[in-house]
Amino acid sequence: MKEQLEKIKQEALEEIKNAENSQRIDEIRVKYLGKKGSLTSILRGMGALPSEERPIIGKLANEVRQFLEEELKKALNNIKQKELELRIKGEYIDITMPGKRIEFGNIHPLNKVLDEIKDIFFGMGFSVAEGPEIELDYYNFEALNVPKNHPARDEQDTFYISENLVLRTQTSPIQIRTMENTKPPIRIIAPGRVYRSDAVDTTHSPIFYQIEGLVVDKGITMANLKGTLETFAKRFFGEKTKTKFRPHHFPFTEPSAEMDVSCFVCEGEGCRVCKGSGWIEILGCGMVHPDVLRKGGIDPEKYSGFAFGMGLDRIVMIKYGIDDIRLLYENDIRFLKQF
Amino acid sequence: MKVPYSWLIEYVDINKDIKEVADALTMSGSKVEEVIEYGKEIDKVVTGYVEKIEKHPNADKLRICKVNVGSEILQIVTGAENVQEGDTVPVALHGSTLPGGVKIKKGKLRGVESNGMLCSEEELGIANESDGIMILPKGTPIGVDIKEVLGLKGGILDFEITSNRPDCLGVYGIAREVSATFRLPLKEIKTNFKENKEDIKDYINVEVKDMLCRRYSARVVKNVKVGPSPEWMQQRLMDAGVRPINNIVDITNYVMLELGQPMHAFDYRFINGKKIVVRKAKDGEKFTTLDGVERVLDSSMLVIADEKETLAVAGVMGGQNSEIKEDTTIVVFECANFNGTNIRLTSKKLGLRTESSSRFEKDLDPNLIDIALDRACHLVEVIGAGEVVGGKIDIYPHPVKPYNLEVDPNWINEFIGINISKEEMAEMLRYLGMKVEVKDKLNIEVPTFRQDIKIKEDIAEEIARLYGYDKIPSKKIEGELVEAVLTKEQRLVNIVRNVMVSNGFFEINTYSFVSPKVFDKIRLKEDSPLKNAVRILNPLGEDFSLMRTTLIPSILETLKINYLRDNKEVKIFEVAKVYYPSDNIPVEVLKLGIGMIGKVDFYDLKGAIENILNVFGIDKVDYERDEENLTFHPGRCAKLMVRRKQVGVFGEIHPLVAENYEIEDRVYVAEIDLVPLFEAYKTERKYKPLPKYPAVDRDIAILVKDEVAVAEIENIILKVGKDFVESVKLFDVYKGKQVPEGMKSVAYSIIYRREDRTLTDEEVNVIHESIVKALEEKLGAQLR
Ligand SMILES: [Zn+2]
Repeated sequence: MKEQLEKIKQEALEEIKNAENSQRIDEIRVKYLGKKGSLTSILRGMGALPSEERPIIGKLANEVRQFLEEELKKALNNIKQKELELRIKGEYIDITMPGKRIEFGNIHPLNKVLDEIKDIFFGMGFSVAEGPEIELDYYNFEALNVPKNHPARDEQDTFYISENLVLRTQTSPIQIRTMENTKPPIRIIAPGRVYRSDAVDTTHSPIFYQIEGLVVDKGITMANLKGTLETFAKRFFGEKTKTKFRPHHFPFTEPSAEMDVSCFVCEGEGCRVCKGSGWIEILGCGMVHPDVLRKGGIDPEKYSGFAFGMGLDRIVMIKYGIDDIRLLYENDIRFLKQF
Repeated sequence: MKVPYSWLIEYVDINKDIKEVADALTMSGSKVEEVIEYGKEIDKVVTGYVEKIEKHPNADKLRICKVNVGSEILQIVTGAENVQEGDTVPVALHGSTLPGGVKIKKGKLRGVESNGMLCSEEELGIANESDGIMILPKGTPIGVDIKEVLGLKGGILDFEITSNRPDCLGVYGIAREVSATFRLPLKEIKTNFKENKEDIKDYINVEVKDMLCRRYSARVVKNVKVGPSPEWMQQRLMDAGVRPINNIVDITNYVMLELGQPMHAFDYRFINGKKIVVRKAKDGEKFTTLDGVERVLDSSMLVIADEKETLAVAGVMGGQNSEIKEDTTIVVFECANFNGTNIRLTSKKLGLRTESSSRFEKDLDPNLIDIALDRACHLVEVIGAGEVVGGKIDIYPHPVKPYNLEVDPNWINEFIGINISKEEMAEMLRYLGMKVEVKDKLNIEVPTFRQDIKIKEDIAEEIARLYGYDKIPSKKIEGELVEAVLTKEQRLVNIVRNVMVSNGFFEINTYSFVSPKVFDKIRLKEDSPLKNAVRILNPLGEDFSLMRTTLIPSILETLKINYLRDNKEVKIFEVAKVYYPSDNIPVEVLKLGIGMIGKVDFYDLKGAIENILNVFGIDKVDYERDEENLTFHPGRCAKLMVRRKQVGVFGEIHPLVAENYEIEDRVYVAEIDLVPLFEAYKTERKYKPLPKYPAVDRDIAILVKDEVAVAEIENIILKVGKDFVESVKLFDVYKGKQVPEGMKSVAYSIIYRREDRTLTDEEVNVIHESIVKALEEKLGAQLR
């Protein structure tokens, strides 16, 4: 009996050793340990043994069973691991193949930059104000100190709808409308489409975008104007950006200025973008003229303010190195995909 | 405006590099657009006198010159043909440098020694092209640095003068700015001269008939010898961009460039009746200006006339009839002041903008006339051009007086954000020609040439710019906290744009004006209200004359541009306004336009729209077929209905419209009103508990007639299966084999679930069967 058990053990071990896959392990388990397995039948034949031998053989048989169970388990783990390794080896893919993408579209570069500028001013407490594009002459000119026959009207080549209705030449009318409707403190930017009857070429478009800003409150000074616009320039063009304010003239501000920023392409060394000067003219600004405040229903003796305006198209063109403004309105999909 | 630096330093002793001066002036408010330093790169080029010219023994085209350069006589070989013995010319010596870094050295030309080079204007960098060597005026000193002779030292400053500063339209005005910028004294301008014993009234009489002429002054000069003006005067005129004519005309131009006051000179012989009349022109009157062009005048224009005819268009240009000629002996100098707007309009109507009109149109100071007329007479004397007749004509009914202003210096400091003393402010203002008394406040007398200064803010600007904008500190805005807010509309526009981008569409930006032709191109009906558009009175052309009433043509035009450029897969959108006429200000309405071509169909477009509606939380949506809209394919066009109101239209563009836009492909377009969508936008969303009980999934496939819309099937399923059907999803529509003609097979996956309990198979069977039955009864559906 003993020898028989030992023999079964050896045979089983041999077979386990040679097993090549998990299926074979199952077969071996059935063959030796299954209901009709050889070990099982030995245990079943124990009744024929003398009673004093029974516990000894029983113990032995159990040991063999446990031993084989262990071995089978070990072998199975080994095989599974090998099988897994094999599978993984066979599943290598070319990770340089292109990814599967949901094709997104894109925001137009003008709006992309506008969004960025809006965000910067939003962070400084500026809301966005809007107004009509077809505007009363009064708001577009008169209220901004540009009466009929003022030379500035010639410079701006206005599209007329009727004698007192124009396509706004600037977004400044929004400033007047805002002052009429809002009590100070006022902090707005007014972006939008503006119109001038310029013939189309690489730098002129009859439709373009302006962003104006207006701040009105008690005690607003020119130092506030500089502080605000310098902050904007640093946020938008980069922390290293320097600014330069030069005196200028606009009918609706007094004092007036133009702001240059140090060229972000060459950092002031001089290049094609800045025409060698190291500076780029970015915006016009000034302290709101008291007549304009009055037109907006605000008492200039109590309040003061500053305003500024810049051309979005020019900024977009400088930022992306676009050399022809027409590209912005042509909407060639190959152009739009670049931003 | 071009100002030669040498002219400027005649009035301010400034010992600084021209670039430094330019930068400082730009920062104090006189913007220098360009510094032209002609002679900068020229070195060792002197004037030389050509004593002798011989033929070159070995070359027909070359000649050998003996040139006296003061210190020695040089032999120089030249190829130029225009040089004659006795000419004075620029000579580049051995070791000299020309613009562009060109170095000149001794050498042999065809075997003959040449010790330098004779230069052309082009080689000296003062002209873009030249034919031959530059010949200097007779009497030019020899052996002198060419830069001195040409007045190039220092160069020329080109200013941008803003419209509020007509006082800076002359060298002297700019000199005053230099004086104020550097706080250096401004020298007086010389105006002394002798008059003869005669009386101008015996020569001429002036009558001003129109108040558009605010002042008219004149002087008579006799014994005039017309000829070229002296070299220095010609040079200055040329440097400032004005062509020298003759001494008399040059004097008027010189005064204009120096003081900003235009003048005119008439030949006394041709003034009929010895009387000058300032009046309006006659309508249709023909008049030949100095440039030889016959012009038609009208009664809005001011002219200078005599008793018989017009002599000049006031302030714009004189006439040929009274032009200064070689044999002119008596001259009338006119120095007048005209209404700026009138001059501007006249100049515009005539298409004739001159140095004179461009100054007058800025409304000059009438008091400038005194100094200008005297200066002209002074110059007559200096260059010996004639004899000034005693007395002057001066018609000036309403003299302009200086303006008085009282400004609080503390207010200026607060307004600008600086802190400077009132004495310093007064000093700055005095340099600008103002008289200032310093008390608690500044009592300022503003000279008449500063018509732009009227209020305290104007004074603040003068102080700020002379103090230096760059020195003003930068400060954050203090005071009450202002909260930035986005309006609902601004927020939702951003959402629409983001959803469209996620849908794979590219945002475009198109012109708001369109051609009237687009209405036919998109096949609008005769009576379509969209044809009533806002019209531009002065458009860039008929094709840009209407403010659009629909975005569809703009979308189609953009698709066309892309299609014709071989961009065949295009998905675009634009959020933009359309404009409807109204009694008062036109109404502007925000729309979303969508367009697509390529491997897409109707349902791709619909899906994009559904995504927006979904994000907006809008559920009461219907799609109604629209066969009336001729822009679209009648079988593939839907009206988008939100809460039973139409808010948009979308679908496939009618093949005829696509053809009008040269697109030989299916085109899908949508136009949606955004405002009603914004109104329907639902902010509140409520959490619904996740299902506790399992679902049962059943598929159903039926045959229905072709024209049955799937929406009808879905409605029946949802209605019959109410409280049991959680969702219905269409997964297959099939026509063809095994499906009879005129029928289609439609397959749905229906998910059954109850919120309160687990459904049994039996329960589901009952509901499912009643759904099938309802479909059979209502739609004649057959179960497959
Ligand atoms: Zn640069």
